[in-house]
Amino acid sequence: MIKKNDLILIGAVIILGLGIIFFINVTKTEGSKVLITIDGKEYDTFPLDEDTTFTVELDNGEYNTFVIKDGQVDMTEASCPDKVCVRHKEIHYNNETIVCLPNNVVLQIIGGEEDEIDAIAK
Amino acid sequence: MKTKKIATYGLLVALAFILSYVETLVTIPFPPVPGMKLGLANLVVLAALYTMGGKESLVLSVLRIVLVGFTFGHPSTMLFSIAGGLLSWILMLLFMKTKWFSLVGVSIVGGISHNIGQILVAIYIVDNINIAYYLPYLLITGAVTGTLIGILGAMIVKRIKNVQNT
Ligand SMILES: [Zn+2]
Repeated sequence: MIKKNDLILIGAVIILGLGIIFFINVTKTEGSKVLITIDGKEYDTFPLDEDTTFTVELDNGEYNTFVIKDGQVDMTEASCPDKVCVRHKEIHYNNETIVCLPNNVVLQIIGGEEDEIDAIAK
Repeated sequence: MKTKKIATYGLLVALAFILSYVETLVTIPFPPVPGMKLGLANLVVLAALYTMGGKESLVLSVLRIVLVGFTFGHPSTMLFSIAGGLLSWILMLLFMKTKWFSLVGVSIVGGISHNIGQILVAIYIVDNINIAYYLPYLLITGAVTGTLIGILGAMIVKRIKNVQNT
């Protein structure tokens, strides 16, 4: 019933997926800051080397609380219904994100080596 | 003939409800992807595609999204279901026509495109392309769910065809 082409497709997709994960893992660089965006607009940045707890409070009463500790950011509490952001593991590599879709709040790691190279190039 | 068609619609919509309910109980273990659903209800679209035809499977897909959306979903998740549902429907139809794959392969195409459709909506909503970082995980989950749905789908298609032929 299952054709040879089906198996090739499954194999190709899984290899492609693992390949991209591998590529991301070997090219990833440590970030130095976390950028908070709300509704796609930049809200604030925090350095990763200072431990802190911060709550983003939105105009509509929703909130997201994140903790910076040991150079990593973790979302620890949120008012959203799905809690996807809270279940997400802590992040510290460049361009890694924790997204709270219902509240439209994004934490993104920035300011690692790559950015510095860019800055020097400019 | 006509009654049988209506009966098949009814059967598949009922199945879509059950699967969508099951889906609310299951969460994707790792990594938690924003706005993501497994797309188990793709099973009924796949079954409709192979037992009723392209047009009928689109009707069923839309019917499912609207009915299930109002029953289990929030308005915000509707956009995800629509993007994932329509993208996977159109690609499954195209790949079914090419005859390159069996039903299982077509289902894998559906699973992957369902996930890609949803991540595109997420990227659009939060306006941050970096969410594409989840794409490889979505390819893999899409291939796995697509395979499982395809195997189940093949069994259901066989049963529906038996009923249609009696
Ligand atoms: Zn959240």
